[in-house]
Amino acid sequence: MGIVLELEKITKIFPKVIANKDVDLKLEQGEVHALLGENGAGKSTLMNCLYGLYRQDGGKIYVRGEEVTINNSDDAIKLGIGMVHQHFMLVPELTVAENIILGLKSAKEPLLNLAAAEKKIKALSDKYNFGINPKDKVRTLPVGIQQRVEILKVLYREADILILDEATAVLTPQEVDELFKVVKKLTKEGKSVLIITHKLEEVMALSNQVTVLRDGEVAGNVRTVDTNPTELANMMVGREVLFEFEEKEMDLKEVYIETKNLKVVDKKGVTRVNDLSMKIHGGEILGIAGVDGNGQNELAEAITGMIPFQEGSVVIKGVEKTKLDVRDVYEQGVSHIPQDRHHTGLVLPMSIKENLVLTDHYLEPYSNKGVFNKDVVDEHGAEMIEQYYIKAPDAGVPTRELSGGNQQKIILARELCREPDILVAVQPSRGLDIGATEFVRQKLIDQRDRGAAVLLVSTELEEILQVSDRIAVMYEGEFMGVVKNGEASISEIGLMMAGTRRSNIESQGEVE
Amino acid sequence: MGELASVIFTAEFLGNSLRFATPLILAAMGGVVNERTGVLNLGMDGMMLIGAFSAFAGSYFTGNAWMGVLIAVISCLLIGLLHAFCTVTLVMNQVVVAVAINTFSMGLASSLLRTLFGTSTSALRSPGFENIAWPQALQDLPFFGPVLFQQTIFVYIAILAVPTIWWVFFKSTWGLSIRAVGEYPKAAETMGVSVTKVRYLALLFAGAMGGLSGAALSITGLNTFIDNMTAGRGFIAFACIIFGRFHPVGAGLGALMFGLAQGLQLRIQTVGIPMPYQIPIMFPYIITIVLLVAMGSGSVPAGWGTPYYPDEE
Ligand SMILES: Nc1ncnc2c1ncn2[C@@H]1O[C@H](COP(=O)(O)OP(=O)(O)OP(=O)(O)O)[C@@H](O)[C@H]1O
Ligand SMILES: [Mg+2]
Repeated sequence: MGIVLELEKITKIFPKVIANKDVDLKLEQGEVHALLGENGAGKSTLMNCLYGLYRQDGGKIYVRGEEVTINNSDDAIKLGIGMVHQHFMLVPELTVAENIILGLKSAKEPLLNLAAAEKKIKALSDKYNFGINPKDKVRTLPVGIQQRVEILKVLYREADILILDEATAVLTPQEVDELFKVVKKLTKEGKSVLIITHKLEEVMALSNQVTVLRDGEVAGNVRTVDTNPTELANMMVGREVLFEFEEKEMDLKEVYIETKNLKVVDKKGVTRVNDLSMKIHGGEILGIAGVDGNGQNELAEAITGMIPFQEGSVVIKGVEKTKLDVRDVYEQGVSHIPQDRHHTGLVLPMSIKENLVLTDHYLEPYSNKGVFNKDVVDEHGAEMIEQYYIKAPDAGVPTRELSGGNQQKIILARELCREPDILVAVQPSRGLDIGATEFVRQKLIDQRDRGAAVLLVSTELEEILQVSDRIAVMYEGEFMGVVKNGEASISEIGLMMAGTRRSNIESQGEVE
Repeated sequence: MGELASVIFTAEFLGNSLRFATPLILAAMGGVVNERTGVLNLGMDGMMLIGAFSAFAGSYFTGNAWMGVLIAVISCLLIGLLHAFCTVTLVMNQVVVAVAINTFSMGLASSLLRTLFGTSTSALRSPGFENIAWPQALQDLPFFGPVLFQQTIFVYIAILAVPTIWWVFFKSTWGLSIRAVGEYPKAAETMGVSVTKVRYLALLFAGAMGGLSGAALSITGLNTFIDNMTAGRGFIAFACIIFGRFHPVGAGLGALMFGLAQGLQLRIQTVGIPMPYQIPIMFPYIITIVLLVAMGSGSVPAGWGTPYYPDEE
């Protein structure tokens, strides 16, 4: 069909890192081209150059055979390039329609002409089965729908080159399937798609061609049919990634954390966690499975003191409380890997080493009688970068300059190096490359083996199944069932995720 | 008590209040635009002060009140440009820039006043704006006459500014860009909206409105300039924006409340109600504080006060 987009020897240099070096890439029309690479390999940077958010320091871009200069997003949009960003670029306070037409001239300029736009959006949404109401405020929409709004933004502009930067990272399996259907439909219409993902099975299922980046350079370029996940992983990481964890029978210690009839009502008055009681012993991992938005995050935030709970109590190492205070919880030996690393996990303008001591900065050895011990903090920063394979020039750079995956590793390093007795981890491997994902899961298991109680919230069933000792399935704020790992089949768990109680599933089993 | 009320709350009182509210409305309508783009502008008071001074000086030396307005607008545009350069291009701390602008303006106005006019200005009068010459019949209308038809042009500009800004915010593509830039600049940038351009234009607009506001203060009756003539009105306009929830109508109503308080103060003094004169003078400020506390700040643009660095994830 021909090449719609060609990148030739693209180089992008940041003050301390070479993010892209002589990267070549050819996108065939009507195809899906996957861009693979570890965290910090330079995928987002490359796409941002193409979309005009960064300017490359060297190399050329050809669109439909012609050399182009792209100075800003407007230029990219005019060339028919659309991008769905790794972090959503939606204004929560605006409606879907307003978000979509933002930056466009209207037919009746300067009159907004919202009604016409809403009609067109509705039609587009119907065409792709998106089920979107253009009048909804984006803030009120679940992530999966927000993702579709992002795609609609691109389609509305009639882009025929689409970039999806880790579009599936925040989606549930069902939503991923839906997205793939859309992508296939788009390529059938002749549009071309560049997709970034860390999930090899997605690459295998969806793409026609794969380019692998490693340390900013092209490490390989193959047709998907000619390759397999093992080879791709090898190209990315330079070693095999197995996801095999040693099984160990653990002696359970006493109960480290417990909730009794916990109830969390959010600011809008919606009950997020309903009358929930659970216990986790030292030396076990309780995995909480469930579709995103069923109260898992609120549960994690309530027991770490981030949000208040209205009824019930939390018992941490034998001390029962009806009200928690974050610092107090931390001092009890609880660590928390929060769901949203940008808002609650990191202070982005601050340096890596400062972020690494956010929780313990006032304690020895980082401080001495209220005075910061700079040398220790520096040393600690350097040490963590090494131990957790954080890809950064040094510990002094602001965390906002790191790639998404490496930001997550900073949180991990901070929360785990203090050897917590209780670890609450929410989506700890979201956005991580396969090597790092394996690393994180191993770390969770290490915590358990050390005797810590681990609460793992993940929407990825695979992750839950790989590391948990017990699995609880959460639906609308309640546990549908709690089972030993291996006791329930995947389809049973799936049923519970959709809101069927385990007790009901069993009784059905008896009838049959 | 009822008798007292009827002496105070007259048509004249309302007319005066509207007149007092005018500089505030003008400043607040400019301010609400730049605040909505996410730039915290605490420098409105300094801007108004420069506006008031240049309107007076311009009008005095050219002998033409309109020239005074033009010069006031140009001076304030320059201040707006400086503000934009510091906060947007140089990405300086917005509070620090505002403090600098306020201090600088106060000093500049005072020293220029002394160099240009000598130390005694009490007798100096510049040409100023008279009330619009509506047909006598309109001016003589009971109630509406004194309230609506015995006013200078600034009052009408202020009244029209409110629905105009509302229209721009919610019915035009410009307003959409303004709101998006204030909430989530990076998202706007990815949609091809230049954050830099929007913030510059908004600050320039706020400058122009600050110029008008200053002119409305100095050359519509008093026709002179005195040190610290704004008496904190720029900050009150800012407060109006906050408790008006960054909505032009809310901010306009807030400014009107302030005007009423000031009108009341004047009225109490004219009627000669026995109370220490300091008390009525406090009214407008007390109202501001009470409203700020009672209304809270409501929804603040998410990107408010945070600088935007273009080349970044
Ligand atoms: N604005 C910036 N300033 C300085 N360095 C940056 C900036 N943005 C990215 N980098 C660096 O460039 C490199 C590539 O980052 P990039 O975000 O492109 O990685 P990525 O492949 O998208 O990773 P991930 O899978 O984690 O999203 C990293 O080392 C990162 O630290
Ligand atoms: Mg990335």
